[in-house]
Amino acid sequence: MSTATATVNDIHHDGDKAGRDRVQADGRIPLRGHLRHTGALVRRNLLWIRQDPESMADALLMPVIFTLLFVFVFGGSIGQALGGGQDGYVQYVIPGMIAMMSMTLSQGVGTGFCQDFNSGVMDRFRSLPIGRGSVLFAKISVELIRMLFATTVLMIVAVLVGFDINHWPGLFAAVGLATLFASSIMWVFLTLGVMMKSAQSVQAMGFLVLFPLQFGSSIFAPTQSMPGWLQAFTDYNPLSTLADAARGLMVGGPVAHDLWVTIGWSAAITAVMAPVAIHKFRTKS
Amino acid sequence: MTRIDNRPTDGVTRAVSVRGLVKHYGETKALDGVDLDVREGTVLGVLGPNGAGKTTLVRILSTLLQPDSGHATVAGYDVLRQPRQLRRVIGLTGQYASVDEKLPGWENLYMIGRLLDLPRKDARTRADELLERFSLTDAAKRPASTYSGGMRRRLDLAASMIGRPQVLFLDEPTTGLDPRTRNEVWTEVKRMVGDGVTVLLTTQYMEEAEQLASELAVIDRGKVVAGGAIDALKAKVGGRTLRIRPADPLQLRPLARDLDDLGITGLATTTVDTENGSVLVPVLSDEQLTAVTGAVVARGITISSISTELPSLDEVFLSLTGHRAGAPQDDATTPADTREEVAV
Repeated sequence: MSTATATVNDIHHDGDKAGRDRVQADGRIPLRGHLRHTGALVRRNLLWIRQDPESMADALLMPVIFTLLFVFVFGGSIGQALGGGQDGYVQYVIPGMIAMMSMTLSQGVGTGFCQDFNSGVMDRFRSLPIGRGSVLFAKISVELIRMLFATTVLMIVAVLVGFDINHWPGLFAAVGLATLFASSIMWVFLTLGVMMKSAQSVQAMGFLVLFPLQFGSSIFAPTQSMPGWLQAFTDYNPLSTLADAARGLMVGGPVAHDLWVTIGWSAAITAVMAPVAIHKFRTKS
Repeated sequence: MTRIDNRPTDGVTRAVSVRGLVKHYGETKALDGVDLDVREGTVLGVLGPNGAGKTTLVRILSTLLQPDSGHATVAGYDVLRQPRQLRRVIGLTGQYASVDEKLPGWENLYMIGRLLDLPRKDARTRADELLERFSLTDAAKRPASTYSGGMRRRLDLAASMIGRPQVLFLDEPTTGLDPRTRNEVWTEVKRMVGDGVTVLLTTQYMEEAEQLASELAVIDRGKVVAGGAIDALKAKVGGRTLRIRPADPLQLRPLARDLDDLGITGLATTTVDTENGSVLVPVLSDEQLTAVTGAVVARGITISSISTELPSLDEVFLSLTGHRAGAPQDDATTPADTREEVAV
């Protein structure tokens, strides 16, 4: 216990200048500060994964299970209707899976946020001199990393079941588009995470939102055989346009319309929900 | 926006200054016009029962919550207008340990160092120093979720100290801890105070306030109902309580009456605790304590046990406010307690 005699004041002086001179007199945080804070929080969330590797199970298993399920259970009959059999269905459904993955995994920001509030660690963050946005951006960044991991797993499984990547730039463009859309939808889940009391209710709510959007879309099957009213819904469902755009980019076909509609949706959702999420986060008591 | 010079005419610097603070939650008035000051380098104990508004006060002072009206400054910074500057000079340890349980102790401290703009190297050194200081070096690499209650609270205190705060808020720092762990935390808090940090501490325990605070603000239903130097308040509430248990329970009431008649005790009256068969005598000084025991011996009463204790929160409230903690004013005449007051 030789250091027991060291007082806080002893420790006070050695690092003082380094910390304080980075801050402007009015307390505004420079851009570099925001980046540093976001970086520290991203590191925290990545350490979570290292401490608890099981938390990656969903990102690892979901693409595997869903791909196998759809290709081998529904693939034969839907593929027949498409006129290409099971192999044709693989080409159809994999781009859709990329769209689905981006939605499902973006829920994680909401549940993670809710847990942070309930554990009290959010009080700590909010009493520190950091921009409130850093906490939000860090969460989004980490979930996007998880999503890219899941997409990689998905593509490996896809190739194994016979998906033909004949256009790499198209694949990257499709993943980029899915990432853009996911980052916009994450603001919705962040808002839910701030507003709802438990992670379970965030998850339940997320499921209620996601389920109709996913199945009322062109992700798993073409919409031509659906009733008119449902087609009207699927035509404007951003998951349909995302899936169709990804399909066009990866396997060919018309792209422009679906691409722009998806970008428009992403921009609109971000423009509305990002301020709402930040406001709810700031004013949460 | 400049920092307010918090040096009033009396020349004493106030690290925390609160005026007319009000916070409502719907119909509930969590804070109903609170005024208080904490002088620089001192510890103010905010004593009150559950729901008195203690946590609301701390949350407003640490910018987690906005007041409905009134104003408050911490280290000269206004809580509403200068929250960013204010956050740089405070430390907060909440009632529920607010460390990231999934992260190892060291990573918790390093992260906060980085969030406080320490360069990587300094953040590393600081984390090492504080772990050592709070005797957590051996547990540095373990997730905080594996820590005991006391270790977690120590880590929480260490986290609050990373930024070398001028003002530290401790919201019920020992609630839920066993007595041994409580002592551990008290020792750490005393060391921090010795280093010159100003502390605002909320507590439900008179004993804790007495251990740590030099001044006290007693808060009830969102209002400060009494305040001042702790010794003066202790004198007012009877300092200590001498608990005498006569071997013969029939002696209880006569003994209590006689001791009251002697007029040698503190301001509060002698009470009888029928449940435990003992007489409770408030005493202000060692002299009074000696005189009371002398009087008991002189009456030739056989005593089966005798002890002194600090007044409980209930007793403090009763003496200071004339009513029980959290109870409406008009209940004061009918304390629903096993103790009955002996007429003076």
